[in-house]
Amino acid sequence: MNTLDLNRYDTGDLTLGQWLARALKIDLPLFAGLVILSATGLAILYSASGPSIDVVMRQAVRIGLAFIVLLVAAQIRPQFFRLWAPWLYGAGLLLLIVVLHAGDIGKGAERWLDLGFIRFEPSEIMKLALPMMVARYLHAKPLPPRWWELVVAFALIFLPAALIAHQPDLGTALLVLSAGCFAVFLAGMRWRTILIVLLLAAIAAPILWFFFLHGYQRERVLTFLDPERDPLGAGYHIIQSKIAIGSGGLFGKGWLNGTQAQLDFLPERSTDFIFAVVGEEFGLLGALGLLIIYGFIIARGLYIAIKAQDTFSRLLAGGITLTFFVYVFVNTGMVSGLLPVVGVPLPLVSYGGTSMVTLMGGFGILMSIHAHRKLMPS
Amino acid sequence: MKARSRIKNQEAEYRQFLARGLIAGLFATLALLAVVGRLIYLQIVNGSHFVTLSENNRLRLDPVTPTRGLIYDRNGVVLARNVPSYALEVTPEQVPDMKKTLAALGKIINLRPSDLRRFHDLLASGRSFQSVVLRSDLSDEEVARFAVNRQRFPGVDIRARLQRQYPLGAIASHVIGYVGAISQADLAAIDPSQYSGTSQIGKIGVERAYESLLHGSVGERQVEVNAQGRIVRVVGEHSPVPGSDLYLSIDARLQRVAYEALGTHAGAVVALDPHTGEVLAMVSKPGYDPNLFVGGIDQASYERLQTDPKQPLFNRVLRGQYPPGSTIKPFMGLAALYYGVATPSTHVFCPGEFKLPNDPHIYHGWKRWGHGSVDLRDAITESCDVYFYSIAVKLGIDHIHDFLSRFGLGKPTGIDMMGELDGLVPSPQWKKRTTGHVWFPGETVIVGIGQGYLLVTPLQLAMADGVLAAHGERFRPRVLHAIRNPLTGVTLDADPQPLPPVVLHNPSNWTLMAHDMENVVNSIHGTAHIIKRGAKYTIAGKTGTAQVYSSDPEEGSDESKIPEALRNHALFIGFAPVDHPRIAVAVVVEHGGHGGSTAAPIARAVMDAYLAPDQPAPGIAKANH
Repeated sequence: MNTLDLNRYDTGDLTLGQWLARALKIDLPLFAGLVILSATGLAILYSASGPSIDVVMRQAVRIGLAFIVLLVAAQIRPQFFRLWAPWLYGAGLLLLIVVLHAGDIGKGAERWLDLGFIRFEPSEIMKLALPMMVARYLHAKPLPPRWWELVVAFALIFLPAALIAHQPDLGTALLVLSAGCFAVFLAGMRWRTILIVLLLAAIAAPILWFFFLHGYQRERVLTFLDPERDPLGAGYHIIQSKIAIGSGGLFGKGWLNGTQAQLDFLPERSTDFIFAVVGEEFGLLGALGLLIIYGFIIARGLYIAIKAQDTFSRLLAGGITLTFFVYVFVNTGMVSGLLPVVGVPLPLVSYGGTSMVTLMGGFGILMSIHAHRKLMPS
Repeated sequence: MKARSRIKNQEAEYRQFLARGLIAGLFATLALLAVVGRLIYLQIVNGSHFVTLSENNRLRLDPVTPTRGLIYDRNGVVLARNVPSYALEVTPEQVPDMKKTLAALGKIINLRPSDLRRFHDLLASGRSFQSVVLRSDLSDEEVARFAVNRQRFPGVDIRARLQRQYPLGAIASHVIGYVGAISQADLAAIDPSQYSGTSQIGKIGVERAYESLLHGSVGERQVEVNAQGRIVRVVGEHSPVPGSDLYLSIDARLQRVAYEALGTHAGAVVALDPHTGEVLAMVSKPGYDPNLFVGGIDQASYERLQTDPKQPLFNRVLRGQYPPGSTIKPFMGLAALYYGVATPSTHVFCPGEFKLPNDPHIYHGWKRWGHGSVDLRDAITESCDVYFYSIAVKLGIDHIHDFLSRFGLGKPTGIDMMGELDGLVPSPQWKKRTTGHVWFPGETVIVGIGQGYLLVTPLQLAMADGVLAAHGERFRPRVLHAIRNPLTGVTLDADPQPLPPVVLHNPSNWTLMAHDMENVVNSIHGTAHIIKRGAKYTIAGKTGTAQVYSSDPEEGSDESKIPEALRNHALFIGFAPVDHPRIAVAVVVEHGGHGGSTAAPIARAVMDAYLAPDQPAPGIAKANH
């Protein structure tokens, strides 16, 4: 092995924190961003939940677990992920097929798998397994990829995305899809080809609309286009959410003082619509502050991707980071009425566990990629 | 596969990735900036709009019902008051399944079909977040039964509200009227915002006429509610203005005396102060129990009232139109003096009948053998028909029409109540207009004794009687005496409303006529002589008998042998004391027979109650004849 592990040879004066961070393969800026985000998230959740210290405690435990997953993932070398990507992907695909037949019904969608001791969503595995698989596939190929390689890559992407959409879980399907697509995009897919794909998508959209979308999914899109058409039903969420955000103004109504949130007018205020609570109680400045934290995390993630030393690491790091961006954008866009209502939580702030563990796992992989860089011979 | 180089070029791939990474970063930045732009649009550009919407969500204005003003008589006796009662109210918005709820409620609380009908009517007209009364006047047992089952009925509540009560019952029913549930027709006439939270409105009588004063104006309470509509806290309150208390000119004692004096007869009694127009008593008998209407009357009771042949719901004072009979004679006498067709000493020979030249028809007097030679005083005292036949012919119908009209006959008096009818003072023009026929001289003859087309309401008769008493002074009759502001305690007296007076060329004729009418009571020949006995004051009066079925108006025949429904109406007008009259009374007793024996004693009882209240009424109401 002619490359050397960076950490082993980097000596010099280290503080205890820096030493610990190195030892645990932690990227301090990213870690700090995540800690600040989680802490802020807990404070927001306290207000959004009623306020309920119970909910906050449960969420704190989840965050703790998620950070442990992060640390574990950070210790695993990227090569390991590359080697195991096909197995992980295959297993995820298998579980998706199983869940279609044996899954519990939760909120009208078959997405949960109950193993007796733990219930989880196989689609969560795909959020990481898919970019891993695509990155691995493209890793060995000279880039930019040729057209048949693209066909294979898109097949790898669409198969699980279609299975998840079929559950139906439009939000997760969208996230999985974008994770794969971003990896392909980062791999250097030609602009001309991108244009053709977008054109094909434009043609496919009406077909999708009429043959594949469920009634409630169509309803969501229609309601997005005109919330007033169903003000007491599907449009109620978005109308109340816009009122909450808009009435927050520049400075907000103050923590625990949002009338839309505290008096129950805002539905799902501790889960998918928690960003409206931020807008209402902390105003434009508060929402801006939160978005800046997210922006920082995304920027750091992209920086790590750029600094990564091989195609697999780059594509994976970029894919994970951009998936996180899609989370943030789709959620805040949906809550503020910019995008249709798709069930995507606000990462690390919305109440709920599964997606948080996956997200932190992803950040752990980022840290692993960053920590396991090797000194290149100059 | 082409022979193009497919070896990995690390440098080129890194540059490519760097470019793509930066593009992705740029895209992410732009996307998040779009969200920020959206936030600015929502929070800064449209911030105030959404603040309004959020306040509309959170704050609700609940109406605070004003307390309805009380009604008193002129001496402070309560005629209408508010007593607490329990009502079952439904807020439609909060009821998940109205049909099921009503069915389940019906099992623990007696819901009559009429309750449900009224409820559905109100439901259709109201707004869904406002509560609607399903049943009022719950019994204690029903209140308890509901309280136990309360949690089964979201949106249904028991509310203590004030319910109207009328202590005098039937006696004053036609004056005071009643309140009832607000109907569609009522809604069109009111400002609904003033009645949010109010379920009842004045339907008839004073309750209706003075609705706006009695109602007050609604207050509001600003409450913070959650998404389920439950009140979290009260933010602010704007107190309602309670309705004004009304003091009526009615004297409850007179009202009762008049009502009781009518006995089993149907009829009307009106007493008023001739110098102010204030109505002291206003009785239409039979009355009805207005308390029945307050909670919504049930079908059976209502049908009973409607089908009663004595028509208890019919306000005879304002809407009963009767021929005045001989009570018109004092006015005819004054007309004769006014137009110079007779003097007080003009004598007419009465042979008991009257004939027009070139007309074979015989007009009988009530006394078959005649009164002999009579002057005006005799003719009034003994109610000689022939004298007034001849006077009427000499006056002519146009003079009669003009003169009677000056007393307010033939048109509404303008009393401060609703639903008054016109009565009728006929003229040839009127007859031509309504029937197309010309006026016949014979029709003038019978108008002279208050028959024919001539019609008066008891109120008009009392008003005209008052004009005689006040020597031509006229006032719009009214039942309102004073208004009291319950907050400040300040009482405002209602001023008399003078009307153009009746002016005679010779004002001494008023006194003359008053003494002629006094003779009706004082003279042993007077038709109302029986009410003289025991009177502590002087009385002027005039009896009358109005024909119900076509037979000669004979006061002398034995009425007791005729079935009651065929008997004539008995009338009396009078005032007392004669020289300084304080009260004018008009009495109509349907099928009462003789004015002197039936109607006059009723008037005397009322006068006694007013002028000699400490005097136990002598047994004249049941006078023998």
